[in-house]
Amino acid sequence: MVSDRLQPVRLGDRLGATLRSVFQLDPILLFFVALIAMIGVVAGYSAAEQSEAWVERSIVRLGLGFGLMLLIAQIPQRWFFVVAPWLFAVVVLMLVAVWLVGDMGGGARRWLDLGVIRFQPAELMKVAMPMMIAWFLARRPVPPRPLDVLVAMLAVGIPTILIAGQPDLGSALLIMASGLFVLFFAGLSWWYIGGFVALAAAAMPVMWFFVMHAYQKERVLTLIDPTNDPLGAGYHTIQSMIAIGSGGIWGKGWLQGTQSHLDFLPEGTTDFILAVYAEEFGLVGLLVLFLLYLAVIWRGLWIAEHAESVEGRLLAASISMTFMVYVLVNAGMVLGLLPVVGAPLPLMSYGGTALVTIMVGLGMLMSIRTQRSFLGHDR
Amino acid sequence: MLDRLHDHGRARRVFRLRILFAALISLVVVLTLLGRAAWLQIAQHEHYLIKAEQNRTRVVVVAPERGRIFDARGEVVADNVATYQVQITPEHSQDVAAELAMLADVLGLDAHAVEALEERIRVSRRFDPVLVKADLDEVERARIARLKPWLSGTEIVSSLKRVYPYRALLAHVVGYVGRINAEDVKRLDPDAYQGTQYIGKTGIERQYEDRLHGEPGYRMVEVDALGREVKVLDTQRPVPGKDIALTVDVGLQGVAAAALGEYAGAIVAQDPRDGAIRAMVSRPSFDPNLFVDGISHKAYRELLEDPDRPLYNRATRATYPPGSTIKPVMGLAGMEYGLIDPEERFFAGPHYQIPGNTHRYRDWRKWGHGWVDFEESVFRSVDVYYYDLAYRMGIDRMHAFLTEFGIGQKTGIDLPGESAGLMPSRDWKQRVKQQVWFPGETVIAGIGQGYMLSTILQLADMTSILATSGVRHVPWLVAADRQPQPRLELSSDDYWQRARGAMRAVVGHDRGTAHKIEAPYPIAGKTGTAQVFSVGQDEEYDAEELAHRLHDHALFVGFAPYDDPKLSVAVLAEHGGSGSGTAAPIARQVMDFWFGVEPDAEVQPEFSEHGD
Repeated sequence: MVSDRLQPVRLGDRLGATLRSVFQLDPILLFFVALIAMIGVVAGYSAAEQSEAWVERSIVRLGLGFGLMLLIAQIPQRWFFVVAPWLFAVVVLMLVAVWLVGDMGGGARRWLDLGVIRFQPAELMKVAMPMMIAWFLARRPVPPRPLDVLVAMLAVGIPTILIAGQPDLGSALLIMASGLFVLFFAGLSWWYIGGFVALAAAAMPVMWFFVMHAYQKERVLTLIDPTNDPLGAGYHTIQSMIAIGSGGIWGKGWLQGTQSHLDFLPEGTTDFILAVYAEEFGLVGLLVLFLLYLAVIWRGLWIAEHAESVEGRLLAASISMTFMVYVLVNAGMVLGLLPVVGAPLPLMSYGGTALVTIMVGLGMLMSIRTQRSFLGHDR
Repeated sequence: MLDRLHDHGRARRVFRLRILFAALISLVVVLTLLGRAAWLQIAQHEHYLIKAEQNRTRVVVVAPERGRIFDARGEVVADNVATYQVQITPEHSQDVAAELAMLADVLGLDAHAVEALEERIRVSRRFDPVLVKADLDEVERARIARLKPWLSGTEIVSSLKRVYPYRALLAHVVGYVGRINAEDVKRLDPDAYQGTQYIGKTGIERQYEDRLHGEPGYRMVEVDALGREVKVLDTQRPVPGKDIALTVDVGLQGVAAAALGEYAGAIVAQDPRDGAIRAMVSRPSFDPNLFVDGISHKAYRELLEDPDRPLYNRATRATYPPGSTIKPVMGLAGMEYGLIDPEERFFAGPHYQIPGNTHRYRDWRKWGHGWVDFEESVFRSVDVYYYDLAYRMGIDRMHAFLTEFGIGQKTGIDLPGESAGLMPSRDWKQRVKQQVWFPGETVIAGIGQGYMLSTILQLADMTSILATSGVRHVPWLVAADRQPQPRLELSSDDYWQRARGAMRAVVGHDRGTAHKIEAPYPIAGKTGTAQVFSVGQDEEYDAEELAHRLHDHALFVGFAPYDDPKLSVAVLAEHGGSGSGTAAPIARQVMDFWFGVEPDAEVQPEFSEHGD
């Protein structure tokens, strides 16, 4: 039992240790996350027509988000797993309720109105899913036995189908990914993984012909050839690619982007903020930003590797990789690599719900980094 | 316990591998995204930069103001007049419905019109102005101005419209502008005509299009995704077209048109000293203002199908046999070629026969004229004298000489669509009719009949050459650099004086065919008749109309004052009967106005000997 606490102490480590012990947070993760959030405000200020009111609102939201993250970080990690099954059960019930009595919004049934608060249970599921699967698999041998895999797959599949049916394909995808990542990190046999990939490939035509809505198919087709429908489904993609491509290596300079300022680029502060940023800061800006995201992901994976409980490391690894999927889905869409799905860019896109989800996840990462396990599982 | 520990260690190893794998995957993902970004931002940068620029900017062309056209005295004959229209921009309006209601009230729009407007506003973009009413009068403008505080989305905008204040009077000279059509697009520079609505279609408007049009300016504007102008990046003011001053005098033109009265026909008045056209009348005429904003198909057909053919320029485009008006020139040719001695008397019987041929070419005077010299042959218009002269001269020499006077050749006036007329020759007949020339055709060509055709402009020009004893000018309407024409030199200047003198006698001699127009200033001239061989166009006429249509065309050419010619006039009155009775008095009125002389008596056409 060689503890890393016995290793030579450097100043940074001491500072980190102090912060960890007093505030229960991870300064490295905080640093990268804060940098990305700052870039988000800078790019958003440009996209929001240099509205100071927008900046104020944005900073207030980010402040609340960071507050939430730090608050979550103070929660002992075992508590997550105490509530995990209950939370999961409640959210599944909510999803069923949405399916039955949910409010319409934007052509989809996603909202649940509890009188006091109106929210999307799918967002809650993004948090509940990795917690649940991590809680479940942490008690099982490695690699998971077939029965365990089946149960876990059901726990992943049911909410995914409910959310995909709302329809909210973006959220369903992220939720499914977060659950499957836990399975992956829990040591799911490569045979299962290969089988799953094959199944997914086989399912694609089925999805195409029986599950996907016309608008979703259109988005996929548009990706293949955006010019097919330049003013319709392809408009977002074309304008986004024009914005990015015209930015060049060095960008047009802050506040100098013409695509966003002249409203050619829709959703400039939310889903397409990356295009605004890429137009004004160029490839160099994108390089910096993507490296920051990579740093967050790798720090998350490092936290997982060093977590003191099985649940903790499964959850931390899943959160990190789900974060990666967030970036991939949004950046892939903005760069014209993936179909247009309404997925925000973590920490950059302006939007309350998505920010809350991301911050809760990051808060849990910090909690796992700093809190010792009291569940009796030694490392 | 040991088993669990072993299990635990194995789980850790698996987990570490999976973490490394995940780290690798995320690295690959980030590199893929960066690779795609690099492709867009480096390899495709130029392409997307152009796209962004095209997205961003629009060039709005500002049409130049068209040059105006003035007459010789500075009266404007083609003007640009501001017209006002009221339009409403929904974006700027507090309450579109309320504004429309107010506008409907002051402009007297009915419910139907308001409904149509509401529909148009509904379907158009919020920042695009919608036209409410065009061609506002002053009262309407004033009413709207007074209500302006309550009409935030309403504005009155002006635009320039081409107006021809003299309407039909100068239609064939000035011409008209019209909307640019597909035909025009082929011959114009598309860059120069962006934003321009009008282009010269006929007349001076067409001939001097380049000078009148000017150069367009532009505004390069930045637009947003909806096409709304955000800011102006660059502007270039248009260069207005240049004004044009005509040689035509509106007063003279008016008098000439009035003098022609009910006759269809043409009058050309020219200054023989420099070739400037002082009046050019073609009747009947039309109102060119009809064409400016697009004439209706029906109205256009009516003009086209009118049997009097008002669109036809009878001064430069229509051709007529010049008739006896060429006799002075024929006499000149005879003298020049040594075929006649002006003093020598010739016996003119009632008809002429080509030696060895029985066909009789009759004189207009059934019993002939008896012994006449050259001067009398002109002022009495003796046909037989010229039959004989023409026969002896031959068509080749006749063709050469009359061509020097412009017969059969475009004068080169600065108007589009001029006809050349026809000065027949052996060549021409062989080429066009595949026939040899017959001597009899030479005989009738001697009195300006047969194949010979000329425009009234050519006759005026010919008259000017006679008036100035051979000084030639290209006729012109707008001052321009012109090549001086070589003077027509004859073997003796006396020949000129003989021909001019004979023309003076036409008016001055008491037996001259145009003696009744003798004026306080000396007029010289020559009457003529253009025979009508067939009824034009396939129209049906009633008997009376038919009789009129078969009436010969009356011609008169003349210049004055005889000693110092300042004006040459050629008159054609279609179906006017006799040159002396109809055309000469018209020429007299034109000259009277020009020389400031009140006609000593109302000049009445009277039936005299059909003397041409």
